[in-house]
Amino acid sequence: MAKLTFVGGIHPFDGKSLTKKKRIKDILPTGDLVYPLSQHIGAPAKAVVKKGDHVLAGQMLAESGGFVSAPILSSVSGTVKAIEPRRVVTGDLVMSIVVENDGKYEDVGFAPKANVDKLSKQEILDLIRDAGIVGMGGAGFPTHVKLSPKNPDGIHYVIANCAECEPYLTSDYRRMVEEPMKLVEGLKIILRLFDNAKGIIAVEDNKSDCIETLTKLTKDEPYISVKTLKTKYPQGGERQLIYAVTGRKVNASMLPADVGCIVNNVDTIVAVYHAVAEGRPLIERIVTVTGDAVKSPRNFRVKIGTSYQDILEQAGGFGVTPEKIICGGPMMGFGMFQLDVPTTKTSTALLAFQRDDVSRAKPTACINCGRCVEVCPGRVVPSKLADYAEHFDEEAFLENYGMECCECGCCSYVCPAKRPLTQEIKSMRKLQLAKRKK
Amino acid sequence: MSELFQISSNPHIRSRVTTSGIMMGVLLALMPATGFGIYHFGPRAVLVIIVTVASCELTELLFGLLRKKMTIGDLSAAVTGLLLALNLPVSIPLWMAALGGVFAILIVKLLFGGLGQNFMNPALGARCFLLISFPTAMTNFAYDAFTGATPLAALKAGESVNLVDMVFGNTGGTIGETSAIAILIGACILLITGIIDLRIPASYLVTFVLFVGLFGGNGFDPAYLTAQLSGGGLLLGAFFMATDYVTRPITGRGQYVYGIFLGLMTGIFRLFGPGAEGVSYAIILGNLLVPLIEKMTKPTAFGYAKGGKRYAK
Repeated sequence: MAKLTFVGGIHPFDGKSLTKKKRIKDILPTGDLVYPLSQHIGAPAKAVVKKGDHVLAGQMLAESGGFVSAPILSSVSGTVKAIEPRRVVTGDLVMSIVVENDGKYEDVGFAPKANVDKLSKQEILDLIRDAGIVGMGGAGFPTHVKLSPKNPDGIHYVIANCAECEPYLTSDYRRMVEEPMKLVEGLKIILRLFDNAKGIIAVEDNKSDCIETLTKLTKDEPYISVKTLKTKYPQGGERQLIYAVTGRKVNASMLPADVGCIVNNVDTIVAVYHAVAEGRPLIERIVTVTGDAVKSPRNFRVKIGTSYQDILEQAGGFGVTPEKIICGGPMMGFGMFQLDVPTTKTSTALLAFQRDDVSRAKPTACINCGRCVEVCPGRVVPSKLADYAEHFDEEAFLENYGMECCECGCCSYVCPAKRPLTQEIKSMRKLQLAKRKK
Repeated sequence: MSELFQISSNPHIRSRVTTSGIMMGVLLALMPATGFGIYHFGPRAVLVIIVTVASCELTELLFGLLRKKMTIGDLSAAVTGLLLALNLPVSIPLWMAALGGVFAILIVKLLFGGLGQNFMNPALGARCFLLISFPTAMTNFAYDAFTGATPLAALKAGESVNLVDMVFGNTGGTIGETSAIAILIGACILLITGIIDLRIPASYLVTFVLFVGLFGGNGFDPAYLTAQLSGGGLLLGAFFMATDYVTRPITGRGQYVYGIFLGLMTGIFRLFGPGAEGVSYAIILGNLLVPLIEKMTKPTAFGYAKGGKRYAK
């Protein structure tokens, strides 16, 4: 079968072999757990517990703060120690609930609803919402909102994003190797919401073992197919993925639902399975701890709210002193200045590099080589947009599709002059988005 | 938390390709043509090359000292110097060669803002400057015992040319332009290392071949076309100078338009102009049209119909 792909993109060193072959390991937190009230796109959640309350694992700590929002649940049993602003990965202070772990891990009693197969669409959506599920690939868009488009009958494809195109990350891969059935079952649950939709499991061809297993597992499912994607970053970008598997094009001002598609990441679909079929809310996730500065890189199943410091220590700490710590992948993750921050629902990875490429790369003059244009999946001209941003030429920036940038980082990666193109475009976009809201 | 780590905006990794690396690649790709030029024209060719490269580098160095901004490490001045030497006849007075180097770097490049800001290829700008200022010295292609016209001039005069000599480079001409084979080896290096792609050279050469085939008076005679292709710096121009990043359009579509334009112009200059040559002027003219071409071929972002709606201002 032909490999599906998009125009543009890059092939950075993928570093996946560091963690690819190791089984996911469960770890328990040693310190307090911190739950920022804003770990999704949309309104922050509202605390429903107060200081001194005793909570159980799976108990709601904070309820949805609006339609586009999601509740937050405790991942351990213990006592609410404080509700106060805490630092999160981005460096911001965010109001958070701090729970002191009593080490007993008593839960509220997870059980699936009786006759799971007969749940109505609304019941499924309610279960997903109450489980606190948000897009776990990094964006954190509340999943029940994504799964409630204006016209559910107009959805033709539900795409499982199994590209995992970010270098170094292997959490989705391990999930597909160890629990592929949950992915398939989760996708089947989502498909029940859309009468006219087909399921597509889209996997990059560097995970051929997963493609084989998933193809076998879905051979009796008439509405689910497995498709092979070319391995290329950002193959798992929503717009690139939709184009690769359906040929439909989405721009920055459209939603995937506008072209009849809904895209969910592997972990999100598995979370849906847990919530609906097993009655387990989203209180754990898989985090890849890797990079050449980590002593024993591996994937861990962690209680959401555990601090990165804690996870790193359980991965053996640093083998050598790192120059750069990143939350997420090297292309789209956040640089972290400290480790004492909590993991959230969207924490995909902790990366530690011995060598920081960025601080070594001194920006020089653009030589107009056009490499950024070749790799840009948004088909814009990053070098020019960065110029407009630098000179604060808003009109030219908008006129030349500056808002179409998906901030994937390909242009900065390839630039021989080492210009921080993505950063410049990103700052301008942020400003324009803020203006538009006014 | 005691230790703090470095932070930066994404992405956190960078490719190994650098500006100086690219320039080094171009220098390397010019080696076959340079080597052949030295072999063919003798030790004086070495002298011309040293003079132009040194004058380019020194100009860059002095300007850098004055501006307190050193840019010599990017090797672009070395590329300009070598390209200029390859575009000069071996008999050129050395002071002219040096003047050409200074003109290329100072007037064409640095005064317009330095690397990336020049609107014209510096080496070609200097060549045309010298060609206009010192036409005799610049068109004196005598070397050793050989005093004849360049093959292209002979071709234009209706004489027959030795094709094998032309392809291998055993003819008169500038230092680096005579051997089609040496230039093509260099072109392969550029293509394989990804420094250039085929858009500009291919559209340039194909257009040119069609043009001289149609209007050259010899039809599509393979011998005539081969002579036109391997003569007079066309290949050197198409692979090494028309592809100069700074002075060609940045978008793919723009590059095709640019290549076609160069092909047409070179054909017109060669067939209908007073001289046998045309590549330098065609490329320089093309350089000047780049802003216009880029404006005409502005890309449409992913997910929009051609010329589709944009964000409201």
